[in-house]
Amino acid sequence: MISLNINQKAYQVDADPDMPLLWVIRDIIGLTGTKYGCGVAQCGACVVHLNGEAVRSCVTRVSRAEGQKVVTIEGLSEKNNHPLQLAWQEIDVPQCGYCHSGQIMSAAVLLRENPNPSDQDIDDAMGGNICRCGTYLRIRKGIHMAAEMQRAGSKKE
Amino acid sequence: MEQHSAIKTPNFLPIKMIAVLVIIVSVITGMASASKDHNGFTENDTSEAIKNDSIKSVKAFMQVYTVLMSPRCMNCHPSGDVPLQGDDSHLHTMSPQRGKDGKGVTAMKCANCHQATNTPGLHTPPGHPNWHLPPADMKMVFQGRTPHQLAKQLIDPEQNGHKSKEQLIAHATDALVLAAWNPGEGRSLPPMSHEAFAKAWVTWIKNGAYAPSPK
Repeated sequence: MISLNINQKAYQVDADPDMPLLWVIRDIIGLTGTKYGCGVAQCGACVVHLNGEAVRSCVTRVSRAEGQKVVTIEGLSEKNNHPLQLAWQEIDVPQCGYCHSGQIMSAAVLLRENPNPSDQDIDDAMGGNICRCGTYLRIRKGIHMAAEMQRAGSKKE
Repeated sequence: MEQHSAIKTPNFLPIKMIAVLVIIVSVITGMASASKDHNGFTENDTSEAIKNDSIKSVKAFMQVYTVLMSPRCMNCHPSGDVPLQGDDSHLHTMSPQRGKDGKGVTAMKCANCHQATNTPGLHTPPGHPNWHLPPADMKMVFQGRTPHQLAKQLIDPEQNGHKSKEQLIAHATDALVLAAWNPGEGRSLPPMSHEAFAKAWVTWIKNGAYAPSPK
């Protein structure tokens, strides 16, 4: 049995230690917000946070996550109210939406480490998240908006 | 008088002899230096050299150079801030940035994709627990360096990560260096075995770490 902490909840899963974390999250735990895209760390659809880092769960063995802190799109905020989620809704960023849990999870790491990113910072952070619908400009706009919300929120606190 | 002069002579002779010896030694040393230059070799450091055999050293470095310039080594020692990828050493797709510590930036850190071991499958991310580029303040660029430039750079502590010759020798068996010989599916190996590389590397350093001629 492998002990996992996903979205602040403890799980014991019976899985091969080499099984990709994505398989465990989707097929064993049943959290299907994280998507399977390419399976070889090329597209970013499967990004989750492992101890705060935007890892690609399709190539991350579940053994790497044992005893560590995993956050999926379902656990990013309590009420779907992370600034990125609010901005995404405000601008209506997605088209088909398939890649967007990965997009948001990557962007969340960017905003945590760089609260005021430039266009270049966004490109550097998001270069590994592919959107087949080509919503890149709205993604960039959404990140800028979320950054503003985050800054405004932190001023209030 | 004869006795007097016989007494004086020994006083002058050693001074003359010493002066002559000093001149001879200087001339020989100068000739040796000039001869070294005529051979086309540039000595990097004589203070710690175990042996100074420039021919042997340069010959070994030329073998080392073929390995260091192979994709398995050069791809993580790029001239820019984006790593290289593949046997054709193209810019890494997704344009991951070096970052301050060489481990990437924000959502694009090396370890997000590169696991502790190779991921199974063709062209999947190769792995190592310490996967990274050289840091931003010590880029250790291989790409585009001539044999002369690279040899000078490798032996210069200000450009090699502050490594002494002993530490450089030990670096031949560094785990990340060894990873070049376990590149994952679909990637070519360096042009010689690790054993042959390590032997050439040590031979280069132990014979004076000479740089090949710039010409």
